[in-house]
Amino acid sequence: MRARLALLALACLWSGPALAERLVTSLSANQVAIGSNYTGAQLVIFGIIERDGQSADRPDGYDVVVTMRGPREPVTVRRKEPFGPVWLNRSQQKFVAVPSVLTVLSSRYLAEIAPPALRAQLRLGLAAIVQAPEFTIDRGQDDNPFRAGLIRLKTRDGLWSQHERGVVFVTREFFRAPMAIPATATIGNYDVEVILLSGGAVLARGHASFEVVKTGFEEQITVFAQDRSLIYGMMIGALSLAFGWVASVIFRRD
Amino acid sequence: MQIYLPIAEMPVSVLLILGMGAAVGFVSGLFGIGGGFLMTPLLIFLGIPPAVAVATQSAQITASSTTGALAALRRDAVDLRLAGVLTLGGFVGTAAGVWVFAAMRRAGQLDLVIVLSYVTLFTAIGSLMLAESLREFFRTRRGVVRPRRRAGSHPKVFGWPFRMRFPRSQLYASVLPILALSVSVGFVGTLLGIGGGFIVVPALLYLFRIPTGVVIGTSQVQVLSTALLAVILQSAVNGAVDIVLAIMLIIGGVFGAQFGARAGRALRADLFRVLLGILVLAVGMRFAAEIAVRPAEPFSLHLPEGRR
Repeated sequence: MRARLALLALACLWSGPALAERLVTSLSANQVAIGSNYTGAQLVIFGIIERDGQSADRPDGYDVVVTMRGPREPVTVRRKEPFGPVWLNRSQQKFVAVPSVLTVLSSRYLAEIAPPALRAQLRLGLAAIVQAPEFTIDRGQDDNPFRAGLIRLKTRDGLWSQHERGVVFVTREFFRAPMAIPATATIGNYDVEVILLSGGAVLARGHASFEVVKTGFEEQITVFAQDRSLIYGMMIGALSLAFGWVASVIFRRD
Repeated sequence: MQIYLPIAEMPVSVLLILGMGAAVGFVSGLFGIGGGFLMTPLLIFLGIPPAVAVATQSAQITASSTTGALAALRRDAVDLRLAGVLTLGGFVGTAAGVWVFAAMRRAGQLDLVIVLSYVTLFTAIGSLMLAESLREFFRTRRGVVRPRRRAGSHPKVFGWPFRMRFPRSQLYASVLPILALSVSVGFVGTLLGIGGGFIVVPALLYLFRIPTGVVIGTSQVQVLSTALLAVILQSAVNGAVDIVLAIMLIIGGVFGAQFGARAGRALRADLFRVLLGILVLAVGMRFAAEIAVRPAEPFSLHLPEGRR
């Protein structure tokens, strides 16, 4: 009970004192464990919109945008250009902190939820996140093709996605949003940002986070390969020799 | 059936990897080469990080060349003395290759160097091998038998100092050209992430005119020692060898290599050379197409150096 009260208090802080709505969110799990049979996972974030007694009804209804961001990593986008008869990587654009996994879920089309200026300010949607000025280092060249290329390639690899029907309202004030964790998800901390809007204005925000970790054999091997790398290498070398020898015994014809 | 690779950090299909291991193992056993130049691009195509792909396939090469070397030893088809000289030079070349690899990576030009090396090396060697072997193939079919090597008709470099006798290979030559060959093969092999067997085999066949039967076994022994060193170094330095992937590739590979080696013994020597030439040329052409054709997707993503 105390924990729930504390959570509510925290949610109040996030929503700010001037606003009438409070947003309470909960993830279906705090950890995604990777074992030998891992091929991706699904998490669900649930949310309840709590209203105090005096607040007026929202005639436009509620809109929710959920953004899940994986561990950040630096990415260089290179572009092939003709150089004589061949095509070579000739220009590049560096992005400092790109979420390895990025999922944007919304209750309806982002264009209907908020005007372009607000979408850009709140970073709602893949385009708005990548178009943010601080997302890359300005080098005085036209970097828009590189930003678009980054979205295209990350989406093709199944690491980034955007679903404009991904948040489902079960009742008027209770919603859920299923989030897919890709098979090639990077190990580390993932954070989920939930923004509640109505009529193009922000009412409340919520945050949650979970981690993707290796467990069991997968974790032990990773730790062993890092901490005892020479022994690990010799072990694999010995293993390879043994396999080769066994095969030659099995297939011996004489 | 899918299994998660702990170091590559992604799931793969078990049957697909076993099948790929068997296919590359077959080619490797057939021609007495490591097969790394086929396996590395295949693994990268599956989405496995390049560093893990390059490092892990050397474990498979170790296993398949162990089998190949043991089989060749039993058939007495190895020139151990020649293999020793080749290994010595190979280690020196590998060390130099690792150094240049790191320097090129720092300069940001590694991709270009690798693609250009693949194109020039494979296309040149492949064309030479194919032209030479086709000429020989048709000459044999017309019934004209050319003497393999007449006394006194060998290149001048064989007469350099430090001459050594290789009775098994019917060769009496200076070790300097052999060392030069193995140093450059070790160097280029490290740079391109390949074993280099496909360079050693044609060089021994065409430059040194060593009998086909001895060439394959000798190359297997040299490939074995180089690959074993590579597995240990790659694990110790880069931590990039994935044990789960390695075991699957090895299991597929050892079986494939057995059948490949059997098929290789049934193959006529002249046909063998034609096929090897076509294989090397095809890989070269594939890399040439990669840079010559307008790419469908001109953009590519590059993560910082490391495992991914």
